[in-house]
Amino acid sequence: MYVAVKGGETAIANAHRLLADRRRGDRNLPAITIEQLIEQLGLGVDRVMAEASLFDRSLAALALKQSRGDMIEAIFLLRAYRTTLPRFGTSKPVETGSMQVERRVSATYKDLPGGQLLGPTFDYTHRLLDPSLLEDGMVDQAVERPGTPDHVMRVSDILDGEGLIEPDGEMPEDHVAGDLTREPMEFPMQRDLRLQALARGDEGFLLALAYSTQRGYGRTHPFVGEIRMGLVEVELEVPELGFTVSLGEIRVTECQMVNQFKGSAKAPPQFTRGYGLVFGQSERKAMAMSLVDRALRADEFGEDRLAPAQDEEFVISHCDNVQATGFVEHLKLPHYVDFQAELDLVRRMRARHAAEMNRDIDKEAAE
Amino acid sequence: MSDLPLLKVNNLSKFYGSRIGCKDVSFELWPGEVLAIVGESGSGKTTLLNCLSTRLLPSTGSVTYRMRDETYRDLYHMNEAERRFLMRTDWGFVHQNPADGLRMSVSAGANVGERLMAVGDRNYGRIRQTAADWLSRVEIAEDRIDDQPRSFSGGMRQRLQIARNLVTSPRLVFMDEPTGGLDVSVQARLLDLLRGLVNDLGLAAIVVTHDLAVARLLSHRMMVMKDGHVIEQGLTDRVLDDPRERYTQLLVSSILQV
Amino acid sequence: MSELAAYNFAYLDEQTKRMIRRAILKAIAIPGYQVPFASREMPMPYGWGTGGVQVTASIIGPDDVLKVIDQGADDTTNAVSIRAFFQKVAEVAVTTHTGEATIIQTRHRIPEETLKEGQVLVYQVPIPEPLRFLEPRETETRKMHALEEYGLMHVKLYEDIARHGRIATTYAYPVKVHGRYVMDPSPTPKFDNPKMHRSEALQLFGAGREKRIYAVPPHTDVVSLDFEDHPFEIQTFDKPCALCGANHVYLDEIVLDDGGKRMFVCSDTDFCETRRAEGHTGEMLAPSQEAAE
Repeated sequence: MYVAVKGGETAIANAHRLLADRRRGDRNLPAITIEQLIEQLGLGVDRVMAEASLFDRSLAALALKQSRGDMIEAIFLLRAYRTTLPRFGTSKPVETGSMQVERRVSATYKDLPGGQLLGPTFDYTHRLLDPSLLEDGMVDQAVERPGTPDHVMRVSDILDGEGLIEPDGEMPEDHVAGDLTREPMEFPMQRDLRLQALARGDEGFLLALAYSTQRGYGRTHPFVGEIRMGLVEVELEVPELGFTVSLGEIRVTECQMVNQFKGSAKAPPQFTRGYGLVFGQSERKAMAMSLVDRALRADEFGEDRLAPAQDEEFVISHCDNVQATGFVEHLKLPHYVDFQAELDLVRRMRARHAAEMNRDIDKEAAE
Repeated sequence: MSDLPLLKVNNLSKFYGSRIGCKDVSFELWPGEVLAIVGESGSGKTTLLNCLSTRLLPSTGSVTYRMRDETYRDLYHMNEAERRFLMRTDWGFVHQNPADGLRMSVSAGANVGERLMAVGDRNYGRIRQTAADWLSRVEIAEDRIDDQPRSFSGGMRQRLQIARNLVTSPRLVFMDEPTGGLDVSVQARLLDLLRGLVNDLGLAAIVVTHDLAVARLLSHRMMVMKDGHVIEQGLTDRVLDDPRERYTQLLVSSILQV
Repeated sequence: MSELAAYNFAYLDEQTKRMIRRAILKAIAIPGYQVPFASREMPMPYGWGTGGVQVTASIIGPDDVLKVIDQGADDTTNAVSIRAFFQKVAEVAVTTHTGEATIIQTRHRIPEETLKEGQVLVYQVPIPEPLRFLEPRETETRKMHALEEYGLMHVKLYEDIARHGRIATTYAYPVKVHGRYVMDPSPTPKFDNPKMHRSEALQLFGAGREKRIYAVPPHTDVVSLDFEDHPFEIQTFDKPCALCGANHVYLDEIVLDDGGKRMFVCSDTDFCETRRAEGHTGEMLAPSQEAAE
């Protein structure tokens, strides 16, 4: 007597209950708070905000807690929330030139107006495990450079003064910045959409692609013109009011990569640019993004498109980790109906194969 | 056979910025006629071929083609659907590198059969038989029909590419250095085969080559190109035996001293 | 953060539903054509039915009766999960009975019971592009559809026959819709292909990750690609269902023990249960069935 497997519903409920149990862990320990995550695992929170395209530390921290620290799962949670939010309008482009900089470095100049400012960086730390962090010891107050100017000139502006670097890209007058979370995506893409896709793209994937361009798969001869991180104001133009309203400040990291370019039939020799901008503090992501952005502009400069990082369809179609993880993981869903069909086919083909072999043997025997 | 030209080329020019690809090329091609375009690399012959075959849009000029219904159509005013249909039925294009013209991971039979299926043939047995016939015409053993071109030698691949192009009985075939990547002995056999097929089928062909021996063997008429210009054209025997331009004389004397 | 819990009827906001409905209307107007749409992030992972869920969410109303199946079964985990989702966000009536449903969302099967006028079958589609594995580039495949260049599709079938003596595609078997567009029927076994042909029901296909919607309107020709001398044929099973004795239905293979003993039962659980309720029995079903439950 066979009774078909039932009870999917109960199984799911129980599985989720166990998940909640594991998430909470040892009840003798205090539950981690959202504030602790924001304050002490801030870069994790930043990454969730960046790849979910939603700037909200509390929600990102909540997602991170809910996902038990699984970054992609947290990004997914936050995105699924973001998608239901109404759109009030489109903010004005943030003015990174007026950024309140917390970090600003350039590799192309030894010193420059505004100076080099290291800020809160892992650079030049020795990667030695620090036992003092095992305990809640005293931490010194940070020292701040007095009198950082509110407007720090961008390196691209310095080069632009001489016409040595391509100017900021220009879009037609009536161009409205695209949004691939609201409009269908089509290839080939405009650069604004491409940058949006990269900004929310997976850090690891972009890092690997960026790395590949350095190793010869689509070389772009890059120099870090400038990396800056700090607070910028987000402003919204309200037509009903006739003026712009400040919505507040967000922390972003911007990377302007300066790339050597020998010129082509269309353009004289000039430095070109790759651009990266991400929510929060993430230099790795901003740098990788700018390298990949530049690599993807191969067609604009008449360069051969041979490497993966130069292939727009390949890069953009695969850089979204929420899409990627969903599709990879869907393989664990039942596929038994299709598998049954394949099973049947393989059995039939094997049977035919065996029959042919036997026939051949019989024939040989008969001869 | 009609006594009207198949292809009429009028003042065709292609510029890359200020650089000349080819300039002011005019000629007519007749049914069954083989035209060779010769010149050294950079002379503009491949640019011209790509413009003629609509793989490249010229800067100025026009090319009209006599369709199977006897009407002349300007190639650059056809829509993409018409152009692509023309390219896979009435035209052929033989690439120098067979990998560019073949599907390397699909069997030889399917490579030949693809064009038939593209124009609506839905009978497996007939498609396979036609493919087998064509393989034997290009001297590929019939038992290789289910093998992929990956396992073929360079010469076989090139012959397969030719069969793939000819299966829909095109009236015009473009060839870009068809013997380019092959050993000398293999070249000779391929040229022989090509000459036979062109004659038997009454094909018109435009063959780009830097090899005057190929032009001699295959073509009725030839054009010599230099720096994007056609500097001399005429019947092949005439041009090769009695070149008028200094440059052609140089070409002929430097290569044909065999 | 209390506003977190406030979601619109059927999860999606009305603007989004309108956008998706426009895409659906276009898809119905051009049968088999893949309409790009601005797929939203959904609270389930990509590849798990986000396309189907968005389509269902956009067309469902309070009066609808929803059935969700995966592999033909109402009780597979993903079907349970999606059904629970709509119960939660749309509070609609749900059913497992094919005949009672106004909307049936499915993954990998078409119900055995013939669908009727007024019903909508919503397919979850992982890869909507039938040419994708022959040509990876979207820019190129769109051109091929536009110009009706489908030779390559037959090249694939030709290769199957040349290599295996038969067409070796068993599921996601390509079809031509209304004599024009070649379409991927989603990974349903080819057994189900004939059910699509001139169905009275509206068939909608949603691919969330790939951001495409396509449709087969009622009474539309859906023809499986084949050769004249190697015509399309569906799978056949040697035995009837071991539980309900049904013939000419798609069967799942159930492994019964370590010794390789197996039995074949209906993949469509509703169909099987209904038949058993009507008194049909298969060889494996003891007469004391009620007692066992």
